[in-house]
Amino acid sequence: MTSLFRTGLPAFVMVAGLGFLALLPVLAEWVDNIFLIDLFMRLMILSIAAVGLNLILGYGGMVSFGHAAYLVIGAYAVGIPAYYDIYDGFLQFAIAIVASAAVALVTGAIALRTKGVYFIMITMAFAQMVYFTFVSIEEYGADDGLTINMRSEFAGLLDIEDNFTLYYFVLVSLIAVLGLVYRIVHSRFGMVISGAKGNERRMQAIGFPTYRYRLVCYVISGAICGYAGALLGNFTNFITPEMGDWVHSGELIFMVVLGGAGSLFGPVLGTAVFILLEEYLSRLTQYWHFPFGAMLILVVIFTRGGINGMFRWLGMKSGIGGRS
Amino acid sequence: MDWGLFTIQMLNGVQLGVLLFLLAAGLTLVFGIMDFVNLAHGSLYMMGAYFCATLVQLTDSFVLGVILALPLTALLGWIVELIVVRALYTHDHLDHVLATFGMILCFDTAVDFIWGPTGMAIPLPEVLDSHIDLFGGHTFPVFRILIISTGLAVAGFLYVMVSHTRIGMLIRAGASNRTMVMALGVDIGKLFALVFAVGAALAGLAGMLIAPITEASIGMGNEIIIVAFVVIIIGGIGSIKGAFVAAMLVGLIDTMGRSFLDQLLKVFMSSESAETSAPALSAMAIYILMAMVLAFRPQGLFPPKVR
Amino acid sequence: MIKKITALAAMGAFLAAPAMAADKVKIGFVTTITTPAGVIGQDMVDAVNLAMEDIGGKMAGLDVELIIEDDGFKPPIGKQKVDKLVKKDQVDFIGGFIWSHVLLASKKSALDSGTFLISSNAGPSQIAGKQCDKNFFSTSWQNDQTPMAMGEVLNQNGVKSVYVMAPNYAAGKNMIAGVERTFKGKIAGRDLTKWGKDAQLDFSAELAKAKASGAEALWVFYPGKAGGALIKQYEQAGLRDTMPLYTVFTVDSIALPKLQAGNLAGVMGSRNTQHWGPDLDNPQNKKFVSGFKKKYGHYPSFYAAQSYDTIFLIKSAVEAVNGDLSNKDGMRAAMKKADFPSTRGKFSYGNNHFPIQNFYLREVVADADGVWTTKIVSTVMENHQDPYAAECKM
Repeated sequence: MTSLFRTGLPAFVMVAGLGFLALLPVLAEWVDNIFLIDLFMRLMILSIAAVGLNLILGYGGMVSFGHAAYLVIGAYAVGIPAYYDIYDGFLQFAIAIVASAAVALVTGAIALRTKGVYFIMITMAFAQMVYFTFVSIEEYGADDGLTINMRSEFAGLLDIEDNFTLYYFVLVSLIAVLGLVYRIVHSRFGMVISGAKGNERRMQAIGFPTYRYRLVCYVISGAICGYAGALLGNFTNFITPEMGDWVHSGELIFMVVLGGAGSLFGPVLGTAVFILLEEYLSRLTQYWHFPFGAMLILVVIFTRGGINGMFRWLGMKSGIGGRS
Repeated sequence: MDWGLFTIQMLNGVQLGVLLFLLAAGLTLVFGIMDFVNLAHGSLYMMGAYFCATLVQLTDSFVLGVILALPLTALLGWIVELIVVRALYTHDHLDHVLATFGMILCFDTAVDFIWGPTGMAIPLPEVLDSHIDLFGGHTFPVFRILIISTGLAVAGFLYVMVSHTRIGMLIRAGASNRTMVMALGVDIGKLFALVFAVGAALAGLAGMLIAPITEASIGMGNEIIIVAFVVIIIGGIGSIKGAFVAAMLVGLIDTMGRSFLDQLLKVFMSSESAETSAPALSAMAIYILMAMVLAFRPQGLFPPKVR
Repeated sequence: MIKKITALAAMGAFLAAPAMAADKVKIGFVTTITTPAGVIGQDMVDAVNLAMEDIGGKMAGLDVELIIEDDGFKPPIGKQKVDKLVKKDQVDFIGGFIWSHVLLASKKSALDSGTFLISSNAGPSQIAGKQCDKNFFSTSWQNDQTPMAMGEVLNQNGVKSVYVMAPNYAAGKNMIAGVERTFKGKIAGRDLTKWGKDAQLDFSAELAKAKASGAEALWVFYPGKAGGALIKQYEQAGLRDTMPLYTVFTVDSIALPKLQAGNLAGVMGSRNTQHWGPDLDNPQNKKFVSGFKKKYGHYPSFYAAQSYDTIFLIKSAVEAVNGDLSNKDGMRAAMKKADFPSTRGKFSYGNNHFPIQNFYLREVVADADGVWTTKIVSTVMENHQDPYAAECKM
């Protein structure tokens, strides 16, 4: 476990961050602002999706411009059974993971035949197909979306109808997903994936069927986003195909890149900055998109590697996070 | 089958096609030559519409408004290239996507700030604001005929320019082998700026042509730009010919879907669900087309030779 | 280390929420401020601000705090904003809502917390029927009603067949259902077009279909900006001579100034139905319309009138309980009486808390100053209750 430190994030920062997240509900009660629980729950759920995307984008160099589609699939995996009064959480989450993995398998098999910008565009195309599929289903609300009347039930083991319980459920999920990605990245499988990012031909020459490795990686990433989608559906109690709009896929990429693609905690950091900026800038001015957009341009032009890169660019050698 | 209606819908499809072509032409050249992914190309489309609307209000003439707004949009494109885009050529596609996404936000907010959220109408002179009678009691708006002819004229002009002039030769050379053009001592900076400005003007022109129908409004370019990307991917990045063919294909598929798909779906589903599904499914059709093209021809239909 | 301390300080700053004070009436108002539909939201916000001035910023002696939120024309954002109003600001009332799908997405958050939810515009059938709630009130109408009135008008004009077009969302479907409820002729065809932030605005294919259908008339529902675009294209396609246009919620005081600026004279004399008009003769409406015109320089829209009513409905509730905001039952009973000056004149609430009210036929005319507006021609339906009220068990 010494390698925990290899992620670059000083251990005490990580512990402090997790401690903060763990204590947040109590803090929110204390300052009489339970809305903070909602804010951080959304932040953590999107973090999970960003961590999932980072697995292929940061470590594997596959820029998927369509990962919001898996959020939608996961959310509808909760919403559609709930529509028929089936609230079994084990079933709903299983559907979410299996369905998004299946879609990722089929679309990934085709998309991974392309490279570079063609890959960006074809993943976007598949996401648009998912989006329009849900828009076209009148029964499940089409464009208007679907209200989920009750959250998932876990056979009495867990009552996530209570916001506090759901909060900790999400927090534990985030930690578990971070652990999973950490294990994957540091396994032989993960080495092949990042090797193929650097030089695919060389990996093939050594005898690795890189296409199959990448596909498996893509499927895992999709499944993680699907899981995040199921959490999102439970959290918002209301789902719409609009969650899968290409703009949201773009935002996911932004979260990953902002925090530093290819670092374990980068996507969490990026999502946090993104969500908090969005929440607080939008209160300052109706024109908050302008500074937001300008910041985006400046971050890209002057740094490579998001916030980490920015610190490095500013001469702060240590930075936080670090790229692998 | 009502052949009159079919013909009208073909014309509507072609009209959408030429609009997409005007947008896609600049996009595919910038992409092909500079290897630059410009999501903010749709913002130039919007800016063209707003410039034109403002100038039409000032001059009281649609034609004058367009003539003045064209160089203005080109100038804006040139400035954008100089200030932001130039700094990004050395970055990868991911950075382009993010930075130009940021530019979209800036442009949209700037328009909201300057012109307000209402949107602007562009009044047309009476000649253009009417319709002509076709066979069998069918009619077609004059202005849409103007859009089609303008688009075809621009396509012809671009074809001549690209295949028969020195600039065109450099553009073709740039699209197929950038390094070689640079090695031959061409001032690549100037060429890039020129292509970007022309692309901006073409996008602006598309905005000016659609605004009298739908009004200029904030974010009007954000959805159509994705479709324009679909067009250039299908056509092959860097190819004007590909952009034209793909734009027509996409325009026709979308319009025909909206026109006839609900009838088709009613054969095997309830009429209410057919009416809900048809618009979504026809919007989806173009993405299916793109995925199919990429699955079988990963470089698009007309990829420029030798990359 | 300094970095970390500042970060912690920043965290602390936003954690500190304003402490709750019970000596204020807090009203949240959710509408669309950004996107081109922001014009409608602006009209509503203007009306609410005017109402606040007219009541002197006080209800039953308590200060009124108004918190305006932008739904961005998106159901999930609207819901997020309602969550924030309920949990962070802990408001007593939430008003607003232009769009039915935004209201449907948001209602659970508001109603589960026991907050009063007042729709200042949207009237989806679900909330009028099976999903009605004791804490929900409407100051507008149920979606089906206005087009039902229009269906009657079509019958009166002897129209035999009509082609209908509406945006593809909850209200669009209700509107079509409404006109089909009362119209006795044949529906020659139907088109539902893409709606939302990337709404379809080019209707060339649909208008060509309408024309080819051979219908005698065209009926449309296109609120906000899409309405102007549709009317323009309708004119350009030369349909005026062959297919008269009937509209609901399309030609209003938001669309008319633009149509006048574009000199689309074809809209003059066109008719629509509505429960209200700027020329409706009652003291409250006169006060509202003249006050609005004086302050903002143009006619108020029906959205504005309903928003103005929203504030007065809340005021009647707060005053009935002498400012005791914990007395929810008292406030609910007071609102149910509809005992407040409304811009539409006297009306009553049905069991589902939707108004039972008159619907008028209005015509587009130029006023004394040459400004295009609407004039009430006749009463189409009197004291009309929506068709879903029977499904509401309340």
